[in-house]
Amino acid sequence: MSQTTAAVSPGKSVWDGGTSPMGVSYGKLMMWFFLMSDAFTFSGLLITYGMVRSSNPAYIGPVKDFFFATTHWPIPEKVYDAIPFVHGIELPLVFVGFMTFVLIMSSVTMVLAVEAGHRMDRQAVEKWMLWTILGGLTFLSCQAWEWTHFIIGSGEGTPMSEVVNGQWVQRIVQGANLHENQYGPPAFADFFFFITGFHGFHVFSGVLFNWLIYYNAATGVYDRRGHYEMVEKVGLYWHFVDLVWVFVFTFFYLV
Amino acid sequence: MTHQEPQIVVLPPNKEKIKKLWRVALILLLVTMGEFIIAFTLPHGPAKTFLFVILTIVKAGYIVGEFMHLKYEVKVLFWSVLIPMIFIAWMLVAFVYEGTKIVTY
Repeated sequence: MSQTTAAVSPGKSVWDGGTSPMGVSYGKLMMWFFLMSDAFTFSGLLITYGMVRSSNPAYIGPVKDFFFATTHWPIPEKVYDAIPFVHGIELPLVFVGFMTFVLIMSSVTMVLAVEAGHRMDRQAVEKWMLWTILGGLTFLSCQAWEWTHFIIGSGEGTPMSEVVNGQWVQRIVQGANLHENQYGPPAFADFFFFITGFHGFHVFSGVLFNWLIYYNAATGVYDRRGHYEMVEKVGLYWHFVDLVWVFVFTFFYLV
Repeated sequence: MTHQEPQIVVLPPNKEKIKKLWRVALILLLVTMGEFIIAFTLPHGPAKTFLFVILTIVKAGYIVGEFMHLKYEVKVLFWSVLIPMIFIAWMLVAFVYEGTKIVTY
């Protein structure tokens, strides 16, 4: 849409002014550079996770004999093995797989909204924006359940040793908070809260932006403006949120 | 004061483009399902992690290239976004390597 073919007079380069050398509008270019800075922020979080994880001992032995303890880093598929409304059945990574599916699908509906915007098709933009918002809200609801489950904890809890008044005392730890958790070293839960929380906040603000775009499209703002470029800009942000989730999924839930 | 609404021409859906977008979505879902299968079949270790990283970069390529349309932008923009990512690769290698040298327990 904003692809402007730079008409350059002979003897001048695209950088001499009057044209857009990057071939995109100011707003879109700034969105790209903002997303780059955001990529560095998320990388900082994920790489710190990698560093702390590699500084902790890994569990050695067959997966079926795995047990939670502060002395080794947990295997993710043993932590995330529950789905809502079903109790006592181990379904490792099924729920987070569903969340990934939801986010990828909402990225598809977003790109369809962008395509509709190129054609000035207001009704199609409204339809696909609503689907995208629905996908975002579904993802957030799933995450709310996952956090609740993570915080409350599952099973009988884990006996953890600690020193109280110079004595080693065993205590059952149930659930997770920033100080301790039943799944492993305290840093494990800290990273879970920070990384999925920071991503979840991006999804939340993305849903708000998407709603704004839907509202503006529905009230004819972009028809009057003559183009739907705002859908593209917010679309970039929404795809980026999906992109980050792809990395969080790999490094937090699979590896 | 009367306001003249501009004439809006709605074009028909670009069937070919939409089909291509759904194909990209299918690839993303298939790769994710592949990762899911690998997670439960291969033993934990560096080889598995490496495979996951490769598959993740494939998915990231499709999202950034097709969905975010970067593949079809001007080359200057393409490289301006991509080249700084070298710093992330370096940060990853440096910090994870350092991590293996720290003993926290």
